[in-house]
Amino acid sequence: MNYMPEHSSRSPEGHGHDPARPAVRAEDLTVVRGTRTVLRGLGFTVPRGRITGLLGPSGCGKSTLMRSIVGTQSKVTGTLDVLGRPAGHPALRTRVGYVTQAPSVYDDLTVRQNLDYFAGILDPGRAAADRRRADVTRVVADVDLTTHADALAGNLSGGQRSRVSLAVALLGAPELLVLDEPTVGLDPVLRRDLWALFHSIAADRGATILVSSHVMDEAERCHRLLLMREGEVLADDTPDALRTRTGSETVEEAFLHLVDEAKTDAAARTKETTR
Amino acid sequence: MTTPPSPPTTAPALPPTPTRPLSLSRTTATATRVLRQLSHDPRTIALLMLIPCVMLFLLRYVFDGSPRTFDNIGASLLGVFPLITMFLVTSIATLRERTSGTLERLLAMPLGKGDLIAGYALAFGALAIVQSALATALAVWFLGLDVTGSPWLLLLVALLDALLGTALGLFVSAFAASEFQAVQFMPAVIFPQLLLCGLFTPRDNMHPALEAVSDVLPMSYAVDGMNEVLRHTDMTATFVRDALIVAGCALLVLALGAATLKRRTA
Repeated sequence: MNYMPEHSSRSPEGHGHDPARPAVRAEDLTVVRGTRTVLRGLGFTVPRGRITGLLGPSGCGKSTLMRSIVGTQSKVTGTLDVLGRPAGHPALRTRVGYVTQAPSVYDDLTVRQNLDYFAGILDPGRAAADRRRADVTRVVADVDLTTHADALAGNLSGGQRSRVSLAVALLGAPELLVLDEPTVGLDPVLRRDLWALFHSIAADRGATILVSSHVMDEAERCHRLLLMREGEVLADDTPDALRTRTGSETVEEAFLHLVDEAKTDAAARTKETTR
Repeated sequence: MTTPPSPPTTAPALPPTPTRPLSLSRTTATATRVLRQLSHDPRTIALLMLIPCVMLFLLRYVFDGSPRTFDNIGASLLGVFPLITMFLVTSIATLRERTSGTLERLLAMPLGKGDLIAGYALAFGALAIVQSALATALAVWFLGLDVTGSPWLLLLVALLDALLGTALGLFVSAFAASEFQAVQFMPAVIFPQLLLCGLFTPRDNMHPALEAVSDVLPMSYAVDGMNEVLRHTDMTATFVRDALIVAGCALLVLALGAATLKRRTA
């Protein structure tokens, strides 16, 4: 692997941010679901220690891409490396935290019982019991549910349940967090607090975060953006660079600009081929 | 949440823990979790424990005039109840696991498929022991069920039946997309076995074709095993064969159930 000293982890850019070893690297990534090609030959990288936002309208393939990275999606072709290994490699199962769009927790268990169980799967054995207990207490505090730790997950509000689901992904301090729309349905205060949490996780621990959203104003909070539309990556850049390049005020405008551009290009291509 | 969360305290990265096909601590963690879920649902537990007892009680007085019939059917039913209840409970529980996304999450974690299945089998097996013990005790001591052999052997067959029910439920839930479908699999999978297992009429009185079918259905051996205990003081060779067949079927179907758990799905 090319090691570039100017991008070493001691660079002022940040912790563990090393473009030579991206957290995720995709080349010609294609996913077929049923008869539909959901992802069409994607190529992109997700830098380490950074928050990368995955944005695009619903149905554009964000969740499928995230499932592919976590290794739960079938019929994935092309190259997809995660933390230096092929996606879905057994060694990655403790190193990648994943939050699905719908909260995936047991409604008939309390918050703490949910976390106890998942912690027991990640870090099993009686010898690790103390470490697990500390870990569970830490993640409950991280998502601010300490006062609800003994409430049944099914009795919590939607936003609280999705925070339980997020807490599960934070167990064991994974190097890569894949979060599928973690802030949907949350009030502005909670959303701001969760983004503060994401930033401190990336800054303090050097963890990589890939977070999807279809709310464009959240894009401003990311270090980098992957804009997707209809199974393709429209842009892979920083929010500032995107706005400058498209001469737009907001990321939303930039996105619309890129969509129009892609349409014109496609129309031009069809014209050329029919000619 | 009124204040922004404090920076997360850094936790040490986990040591790499390999995913083995079966890990004892992950299996017991899963079994504990399943039992904890049930403990939040006392009504289900009460129904699981009481219904077999109520049915036996009912049956005892349905056959008030012919205690011999009660002996035959009662002993068979002690084997059939755990199979049916565990089938239902497991198929719904696994279906919920699939639809709630927790299965996908677990399989993205270092959990072996064997851990999940063994965990379920362990939890529901424990439940089945309590259920069968209650039903057997009621039948033998209070309803006058006349068993020649040891009630412990009745309990053993009941436990194997419960395992078989868990296995079938787990397997069938892979083919159910909703609770409606899962419940409909009960008559589809259980009723034919119930009709052919020799509960209503001895299997050798059936049409030869049906008898041949009943020879390959596991519930037939569960009921045969119960009848062996009913009639013989010792553990007979036939009983051992029946018990082994039921256990073997349970393991086979559990393995099939494990094959339906896919880490990667469409």
